[in-house]
Formats: sequence, structure tokens, C-alpha cells
Amino acid sequence: MQSPLSKLQKTNTTITMNKNYFEIKRAGINTTFQDQGRSNLYHIGIPFSGAMDNRNFQISNKLVGNETNSPVIEFAYQGPLLKYFGDKIKCAIAGDVKFIIKKNDNDIEGDCYKSFTLENGDEIDIMTTNKSVYGYLAISGEFNLEYQWSSCSINTKANIGSNNGKRLEDAQKIYISKINKNLNDKKLNYINTKIEKIRVIKGTNFNYFSDEGKNFFFDKEFIVSKLSDRMGMRLNGPQIENIVDTNIKSEGLIKGVIQVPADGNPIIMLSDHGTIGGYPKIGVVISADYDKLVQLAPGSKIKFQEVELSSAETLFKLYDLETQKLISQI
Amino acid sequence: MIKNISNLGDAALYCDFGTEVNKEVNNKVIRYFKSIQKENIDGINNLTPSYNKLIISFDIRKKNFQTIKKLIENLDVINDDILESKKIKIPVCCDEKFSLDIIRLEKKLKINRDKIYEKFFGKELFCYMTGFIAGMPFLGDLENELRANRLETPRVKVPKGSVGLTEQFANVYSFESPGGWNIIGNTPSVIFNSSKENNPNLINPGDAVTFEQITKDQYNNYNE
Repeated sequence: MQSPLSKLQKTNTTITMNKNYFEIKRAGINTTFQDQGRSNLYHIGIPFSGAMDNRNFQISNKLVGNETNSPVIEFAYQGPLLKYFGDKIKCAIAGDVKFIIKKNDNDIEGDCYKSFTLENGDEIDIMTTNKSVYGYLAISGEFNLEYQWSSCSINTKANIGSNNGKRLEDAQKIYISKINKNLNDKKLNYINTKIEKIRVIKGTNFNYFSDEGKNFFFDKEFIVSKLSDRMGMRLNGPQIENIVDTNIKSEGLIKGVIQVPADGNPIIMLSDHGTIGGYPKIGVVISADYDKLVQLAPGSKIKFQEVELSSAETLFKLYDLETQKLISQI
Repeated sequence: MIKNISNLGDAALYCDFGTEVNKEVNNKVIRYFKSIQKENIDGINNLTPSYNKLIISFDIRKKNFQTIKKLIENLDVINDDILESKKIKIPVCCDEKFSLDIIRLEKKLKINRDKIYEKFFGKELFCYMTGFIAGMPFLGDLENELRANRLETPRVKVPKGSVGLTEQFANVYSFESPGGWNIIGNTPSVIFNSSKENNPNLINPGDAVTFEQITKDQYNNYNE
């Protein structure tokens, strides 16, 4: 278990604390620190959390020469406006993000997947994640963060993780405890592709739904609702009729589970989901499609496609190989 | 003991212990849960015991459904008498500012509040599971006369510390959260403490919990 103190002691030899920091001039809509998340805590009610889009999270770290699971700043829709104070530092942004780097009075259009240098007084204005949801800002070095259960990931529901488990706010400061020097600029040629279909394995309560409801689920389009966040994604579309029972005895959930409550509108569990739920499970999104799923902004259309377990396992291997290949190209 | 093991998506096992909800069934779930925890199997990254199900999540990079399923089928399951069970007392104040649904509950159950308190306080309940939000215990079984459905429209915010009833179960809201249980009071006890990394939950599956009524003064001056 890593305590904040051991973290400080480890880095104290190379830096002076609190000398390098970002001042948050605008926090953005949902800006948090995230890493790989925390495991083995479902039984006490704590979900994984961690970066929503795992591939972009890892890429952002590799672009600044970090270990791929180092803590980064995750933002959604509108990101933060940050003013930097301190020694030169390399940064990189991964995702489909429009941002500007302000140096003196110069505004420079930012490029995702390409590291850049910030100097004392520079600003980064992360304006929008375009038609996606999440983006990642990594720094070449380490943020000064507190860890709980080996992770700094912020879970705002249970106030767990760094920043007292709360999202970042206007006017606060983000301290940097270590800067890696002499890093070459890095880049990656990568375009986030939109996914046409979200592949799903049938859920444990698939037979709770009428034949028509089952057909709707795999044939019709659903729209991502505005009521979506790190906990879950609500969908609107044709109502899926339940013919058995609209409640089940509460049982465990995992990310990607699609529950259908009494109103017939599916809800997909995402990284900060409640660990127990009592609505029937019509399906589970396959692991290979999770990163693309979470990037679907409200208003996006979703179509589900059924796959068998063996195909899902193969598709994950392909996804993982592709991620490793991208990381090795940086 | 597990009736059926199936896959929940591509990275979890769904272990079904049947449809009944009672202590015996739940005890089997907990025994499996503790046995797997003890084995510390590489690749398993989460376990979620509930009333009559156990979900085992694994890292799909390291393991797959079939390999974990074999391990679980061949597991040595620990015996009943090894399970630890703590006895925990939870003070509850039923002052009107806390007992948000007492009037509703009197109508639903067709008994007055004194009768509700008499049947609720001092009775030992069993912790079936914890979760939904961090540390929330699901406790049972309530006497028949106390069993009521959830609210028709759930509250957007249930205050932290609220004690709620639904069907044969009672729970405690460890954080402010949305929820639809019938709230009868509030506890000053700390149900979840994230600074205790080894044991953040006051109540764990298998524990015996008794609620005790306290006055508003006792609530306000409560000291752990």
C-alpha cells in the first residue's frame, strides 16, 4: 500500500516541493485525477474507477515518457484552463480534443498525440472533446497526489482518492512533485475511430424480456441520454418490455452490464458504477468495445450486436494487441 | 453447492446459489467468497457476494472464463465454524427530522410507530452483503409486520446515516445517495471510513447487527 509519505520521500531528492504547479483558472465539467483504478473492493461497495478510456490514458502517458499507468488528468466535454508556474515541462493530450497553448500573447493550436513544452506562465485551454466525451492530459513527471487502496483515482460518489475524492475546482492548485528532464518530443499518428456497433454478450436475465423487446434490443437504434456520467450511461429508444419481473434480488454488477429498469430504458454500468443492483441484466458490453463505448457523447446513436463469449475473447486479444502496437510506436 | 456457473460478459463468472434468500444460502455464498479471497488467485480482481449470488471478476489479459471456472469448481471451501461474525450495535435516532417515511410506513404497515419501533429495535439482524455504495450493509430478516415495498418514486438524495427498510431488509446509507427505502431514523455511527484501508466497513457480511433507539440529545452528543 503506497502512502502519500512514501511517495514524497521517493521523489524528494530530485525536486523542491510545490515549486512547480498548475493554477486552475477554469476547472471544466468533470475534471479528475485517474490512473488504472483500484481492484478487489467490490465486496465493500467500491468500484474500479480509473481512466474511462484505457487506451487513450495509456497513450497519453507514453507520449511523455511515463509508465503507462501513471496518474493523469481526465476531463469530460469541456476541459480545464490551466496556468503553469515552474520549470519547463513536457505535456501531452490524448483523445479527440481541441485545445490551445497560450505563450505570452501567442495562441498556438494544440495537437493531440504530440508532446509539447510548457514554460513558466504558459496556459493550456482545453476547450472541448469535440464529438467524444473523455480526454487525458499527462505530464512528464508526477503530480503530488494522495493514494487510497493503491490508486489516486477520484471517486466522487464515496469521496475516495486524491483531492479528497472530489472533482477539481476553480482556483485550486495542482502541484507537481517531479519533472523528468531531457525528454525528446514524441508523437503518434492515431485517429479515434467511431464505433458503429457495440458488441454485447447476452445477460443473465435475457429471458426476462418479451420476444419483441429482445428483437428491439439487437435491431433498433438507441440514443445516449444526457443523464450519463462516469457511473452509467442511460439510453433512450424503443422500450424493452419485461415479462417476468422488473426487479431481481439485488446482486453484483460489473462495468459494461446493461440493466433495464421498469421504464424499459437501458442503463449501461460504467467505471464508477454502484457495485450492487436490482434490475434485470439484458446484456454485457464486451471488454474490447468499452473504450469506444464511453466516448459516445449524449445524442450519439448506439446499435447493439450479439457476440458469443469465444468471439468476445478473440476480439479482446485483437484490441489489446492493437493498443500494445500503438504504444510501441511512440 | 453452487447450482450453476455461467459467464457475465467476458470477464466475470456468475455463480448462482439458487433463488431463495435466507441465511443458509447466503452463508454458502460467504464461505465461497472467503475461500476464494484466501486463495489469492492470480488474475481474479474482484468478488461480489450478494444474497444468493457470487460474481467473480477477472483480468481478461491474464485469465479466461474456462480457466477460472475450473479453479472455482475444484476449490476447497472453508467450513462454517471458521467464519468470523462480529456483533455490532447501531444507535438510531427517530426524531421527526430523521424519520422521513414513518408516517408513510404507519399507513403501509397499518401499525403505529411505537409498534414499528418495538418490532425493529433490539432484534438481531444478519448482514447478507455490503455494497451499492461504499459500506452500505443489507441486513435481514425483518419481522413480517415490518415488510413494506420501496417508495414509488425514489428520493434523489437520501441523507447520510439514514436507516431504511424495504421488504425483509434494513440498510444504512453510508453516504448521501439516491434511494427508495423507507427511512425511519438516522445513525451517528460512522459506517464507512476510507482512512481505515484494511477495514473501512463497520459492518461486514456475516456480522450480527442490532439497532438501538437513542434520543436526540444522545444523538447530538454521540462519541464513537
